[in-house]
Amino acid sequence: MFYARWWREPQIRRGALVTLAIVLLALFGPWLAPHAPTDMVGGVYGTPASDAPLGHDFLGHDVLSRLLNGGLSILWMSLAAAAIALIVGTVLGLLAGLSRQRLDQAITWLADVWLAFPDLILVLLIVSMLGRAPWLIVLTVAIAFTPGVIRLARGSAVAVASQEFVEAAQMMGFSRTRILLREILPNVLTPLLVHFGNMLTWGIGMLSGLSYLGYGVAPPAADWGLMINENQAGLLVQPWAVLAPALLIGVFAYGTNIFAEGIARHSAGERR
Amino acid sequence: MNSYAPLAPSRVKPAPTVELHAPNPVGAGLTRERPALQVQNLRVELNTSADIIDHINFTLASGEILGLVGESGSGKTTLATALLAHARRGARIAAGHIQVADVSLLELHGEPLRQARGGLIGYVAQDPAQALNPALRIGPLLLETLHAHEPQLPKAAQQQRLQQTLVDVGLPGDAQFLQRFPHQLSGGQQQRVMLALAFVLRPRLIVLDEPTTALDVSTQAHILQTLRRLCKEQGVAAVYVSHDLAVIKDLVDRVLVLYAGRIVEMASRERLFARPSHPYTLGLLAAIPDVARQHPLQAIPGHAPAPGQRPNGCAFAPRCPRRTAACEQGEPGLQTLEARQQVACLHPQLEALAPTAAPQVRATRADQAPLMAISNLNLTYDRPVLFDLALDVQAGECLAVVGESGSGKTSLARTLAGLGDNATGELRFDGQALSLLARQRPSATRHRIQYIFQNPYRALNPRQTVGQCLQAPLEHFFKLKGQACRARIEAALQRVALPVTVADKYPHQLSGGERQRVAIARALVCEPSVLICDEVTSALDVSVQAAILALLKQLQGEGMTLVFVTHDLGVVRAIADRVVVIKQGRIVEQGPVDQVLDRPVDRYTQSLLAHTPRLAAAL
Repeated sequence: MFYARWWREPQIRRGALVTLAIVLLALFGPWLAPHAPTDMVGGVYGTPASDAPLGHDFLGHDVLSRLLNGGLSILWMSLAAAAIALIVGTVLGLLAGLSRQRLDQAITWLADVWLAFPDLILVLLIVSMLGRAPWLIVLTVAIAFTPGVIRLARGSAVAVASQEFVEAAQMMGFSRTRILLREILPNVLTPLLVHFGNMLTWGIGMLSGLSYLGYGVAPPAADWGLMINENQAGLLVQPWAVLAPALLIGVFAYGTNIFAEGIARHSAGERR
Repeated sequence: MNSYAPLAPSRVKPAPTVELHAPNPVGAGLTRERPALQVQNLRVELNTSADIIDHINFTLASGEILGLVGESGSGKTTLATALLAHARRGARIAAGHIQVADVSLLELHGEPLRQARGGLIGYVAQDPAQALNPALRIGPLLLETLHAHEPQLPKAAQQQRLQQTLVDVGLPGDAQFLQRFPHQLSGGQQQRVMLALAFVLRPRLIVLDEPTTALDVSTQAHILQTLRRLCKEQGVAAVYVSHDLAVIKDLVDRVLVLYAGRIVEMASRERLFARPSHPYTLGLLAAIPDVARQHPLQAIPGHAPAPGQRPNGCAFAPRCPRRTAACEQGEPGLQTLEARQQVACLHPQLEALAPTAAPQVRATRADQAPLMAISNLNLTYDRPVLFDLALDVQAGECLAVVGESGSGKTSLARTLAGLGDNATGELRFDGQALSLLARQRPSATRHRIQYIFQNPYRALNPRQTVGQCLQAPLEHFFKLKGQACRARIEAALQRVALPVTVADKYPHQLSGGERQRVAIARALVCEPSVLICDEVTSALDVSVQAAILALLKQLQGEGMTLVFVTHDLGVVRAIADRVVVIKQGRIVEQGPVDQVLDRPVDRYTQSLLAHTPRLAAAL
């Protein structure tokens, strides 16, 4: 019934539908694509025609086929990065929020120092030193996101832990793990979920940016960010090769953002 | 994050019908006899056009103090803020006419309205700690207010007005005091600053929204005295909002009882307390515990209708013991019984209140080994809180622990319950030594001591249904599962007079009283011998409080031992057998209730009793 109430919020519904549409496109795109992403089927910067509705790119690949193939990498990488950051950050944040002693100080200090590094520079540094394997990129983006989650989880946990129902559980003598999982975690989940949506948005931006800068997915594989980079020289001749992937990145980021914002609004309205 | 303008479509709508309804009934030539406040046909409604308050008519003379009484949801705060031409988000002042001195308030907009708020009408909020800007020192705060409303006043005159006001409200006017920040003041001083902020502009009307709920009884008594003196001296009319008839008894000249957004009774103070007419007023008076005498508390069954869900006819009829078929036909209008008593009821009580039955005789308990005994209890947080405290709790008694805020009474209760992290001392329970930490207590003993919290809104996990909440301790203590568990849960809910369907609800679907019952049920499923109740009724309405106290009394009758922590001596009189008075972490007096409350020995107890508002005392 919790989720049914969410669904009634128009903003949440819109965000979820937009996100879902992009996810489906990325997931099933490879099967729908008329050509393989690396097949050179037309002229360089060939304009849209009946057999290629979005035209061809700088090597004569079919833009539509590359578009349909290029979403999967950004989808799984942004999801994985946000999820890893969420899990690691939540665990550390709750630990800090509940121990409230040395461990709390240590974790909070670490998160603060960590936050001081600019995200993108940190990621660029690691990728340029250690290589551009996808799992490495995911991990570094997750690392960049983690301190934010730690701070959020810690703050929410401290607020919830001071409430009387947590004390009631302590008086009953429930184990710490149980109190953490049953009493505290469900009550900090909403802000964390909102943050997860925001991280997805940032992750999409960051990963596309990395691809664009040439640090992300390696050519000739198809990727939206990479496509913008590859085709920017032909922007005036064949704008679709740049605009189409840019548009999809924008819509995906918009969808996740609206979704997260909707949940935040909904829970704020509930509390009022 | 939460100021979403589109969600508040009403915020810019002016009250459209105001001009139509605002015939000025009083000629321009009158000045002396004109009332300070005149309210006609005031109606505040939600965006859905369900009314929150309607048909509000009253006048107030200069220097007169009106008590505005009602339970939560009665619309009293809505009415109070409407007197400042303000409606909370999602509501609007739909019709009516408010005249303060010579000004027709609802016709003002923008700058004149801003000048009227504060300059013409003062407002004192409920919690001074939140109403005062923590970043502003007291002196600049007062001067800023003065400067915002009377910029033409010369500096010297401003200073003089400031000093005079500070003397009036009973605050020191020296430079050192004016340099202080709000957090450096006591609660009583903060509320005096709020009074000063209101009075410094010499308003004609002051609206006070439960300004003493956050204060101790002795502070409250002083504030009320100051307020009454100021209103009389300066001829300021005051509207004092309160949920507690006892508090306003010595303050107000007239009482207006509000129910479901309607005036149900309005009478002079003497008249109302001596001969209340409306069944709701009678119900309220019967539900208030009185320190002066023990009387059986009677709760009002049911609860008040929400806006838009008013029944046809009299809104109180479903809960009324005197209702007849006629009550459901039409809404009774205000009828005048005598010069200063109006009542909206078809069957008002016309006789004076009959004296209540003699108090029941309490069984005195034979001397036996105490069920719970604590000795040499010391507790230190950042400062010492409890000193060498020793306390015995007899099996089957209700022991009240009384003190003002900061006395350490809650710390004592928490230590007994096993939350005393920094405490040292010896605790014996049922003849055996017991740890002060719940975690280190054996499970077989731990479930026998249960604790009920002050605030039912924070005591239940919002993400768990009532059933889940009650199930957890059953699984934990008794390893019960499935059907057996369900049966126990239903039994516990029935014991606290809740329907079993509540088990599938979430806390936010329940009212405050229902939540507190659930909290009690959660304690009961643990099969406790001792219930430690920490101010369990202070967040509840008086009629709900009466019901909860009756429930606790009934549990005690079934053999439960109660430790009842409270600041309210009226509640002590109503429920306790024995009382312990705590001041600054030490016990200053203890003994049977009647002895301590009727013949207090300690000076602190005497002063507490003297300042506690009482209902039954001769007027």
